[in-house]
Amino acid sequence: MSQASTEIIRISGHAGTVPGEGLNREFQVCKLVDTTTCIGCKACEVACLEWNGYTFSETTFDNSYQTMPETAWNYWNLIKFNEHEREDGSMMLLMRKDQCMHCADPGCLAACPADGAIVQYANGIVDFQEANCIGCGYCMTGCPFNIPKFSPTARKVFKCTLCNDRVSVGLEPACIKACPTGCLHFGTKSEMKELAETRAEQLRTVSGFADAGVYDPPGVGGTHVIYVLHDAKNPELYGGLPKDPHIPMSVRLWKGPLKWLGNLAMVGGLVGLAWHYMRYGPKKEEPIPPDDGRHV
Amino acid sequence: MSTGAVPRSNAAVTDRNEELIRRYSLAERANHWLGALAYTYLLITGLAFWSPYLYWLAAVVGGGPTARFWHPWLGLVFSVSFLWTSKEWLRDMQIDSSDRAWSKAIGNYIRNEDAKLPPVGRFNYGQKLFFWGIFYSVILLLLSGIALWYTESLPWNLRILRYAAILIHASVALISIGLVLIHVYMSAILEKGSLGSMIHGYVTSAWAWTFHRTWYYEVTGRSRPKQ
Repeated sequence: MSQASTEIIRISGHAGTVPGEGLNREFQVCKLVDTTTCIGCKACEVACLEWNGYTFSETTFDNSYQTMPETAWNYWNLIKFNEHEREDGSMMLLMRKDQCMHCADPGCLAACPADGAIVQYANGIVDFQEANCIGCGYCMTGCPFNIPKFSPTARKVFKCTLCNDRVSVGLEPACIKACPTGCLHFGTKSEMKELAETRAEQLRTVSGFADAGVYDPPGVGGTHVIYVLHDAKNPELYGGLPKDPHIPMSVRLWKGPLKWLGNLAMVGGLVGLAWHYMRYGPKKEEPIPPDDGRHV
Repeated sequence: MSTGAVPRSNAAVTDRNEELIRRYSLAERANHWLGALAYTYLLITGLAFWSPYLYWLAAVVGGGPTARFWHPWLGLVFSVSFLWTSKEWLRDMQIDSSDRAWSKAIGNYIRNEDAKLPPVGRFNYGQKLFFWGIFYSVILLLLSGIALWYTESLPWNLRILRYAAILIHASVALISIGLVLIHVYMSAILEKGSLGSMIHGYVTSAWAWTFHRTWYYEVTGRSRPKQ
């Protein structure tokens, strides 16, 4: 109620100020992941499981601190570890919190055939509605970040919700709440972008990371999860973050030109066949001439 | 499958035109309708996944998740059914030199001027093209379909296969729909006597003489008239 009253911008027959006058509210939310201050503690992984009601999965050991090779249908938040040797021979342990990027132009949503299985909210959150999901897996083909994961038991696809259930009631996502170093931030897109740029500038001028920068890929219209990277020129180093992600060309072709071509061809075919029947009519058998052939 | 002309009934047959010739065996017919049923299901569910405007088709066959579950299985049924067809008809479907002359006269076929066409065997060139079109469609749809069936099992490094599968499956399905539209139109609507032959297995001698003259002479043992 109180929030609704602050959004009133005009009041009839009212002398005096209007509470929502000059309201300029930004709806777009954003999660900022500063990889340069992440210590890889995985508190965010645990908080994600706890809030979303999943139990801890079996870990895979492959000579790294990483819990498992990639996110899973019931493990939406994964710190990716990479031991990176720099040109001067020194080592860097790169850690990146991997999760759904909540693209402004989501490939999963573009590829999905099921009405209402994937929605994008005005605040930028891209959310799967499992009740409407048919489990076809097209979203897994549409996503350039390898995020949607299929559950063989539920026969549906799951991924990070950006804690839509928390954000919608004014709470920050569970991972943000759990982060002990403050490398995770949550706010409006413009605030987070500004904070990220400030941090990147600091890394460039003070910390000696000349290539430090912000990852907010324009190929997918920008994302609602952005990163600060020490080396923004090589995002692949951070557990395979794509340099220039796009919705795959084949998905674009399939949902664009092929759809129109196919629909035209099918309708055109039906019209053509109907025309043929009206123009030429049925094919009928003809009588065999009496003198045709003879019994052997 | 070679029976000579048989009378339609015990009554004395005076008209040779009405003598029946067996065209399809019971196994061929049963298999054809199994394939047709599977294809119909694949078409309904496939179109539901194809366009949001046709998504309601999924509701007709039990809803989206059900359609997604059964579509690949029915694809396997269709593939097996067509594999058997291929085995049975491979010899009759070979494209030979006589098809070249027929293909040149295809305009006459389209205009229903069948008398102007060179005589054809059990299947004409158009039917052979349809057969081979479906043959290669099945191979491509099966391969791309398996990739789509188990997308989650294709490793991320091989995601190019996901991208290829999605395009191939849709494109080839469209081509097969075109072929099937023509097939259903020609056999069930255009050419009188064709649909019945796939139901009870017989055609009249006149039908065979008109549309598959070489085959007519083969199965009846009648010889061609001297020119």
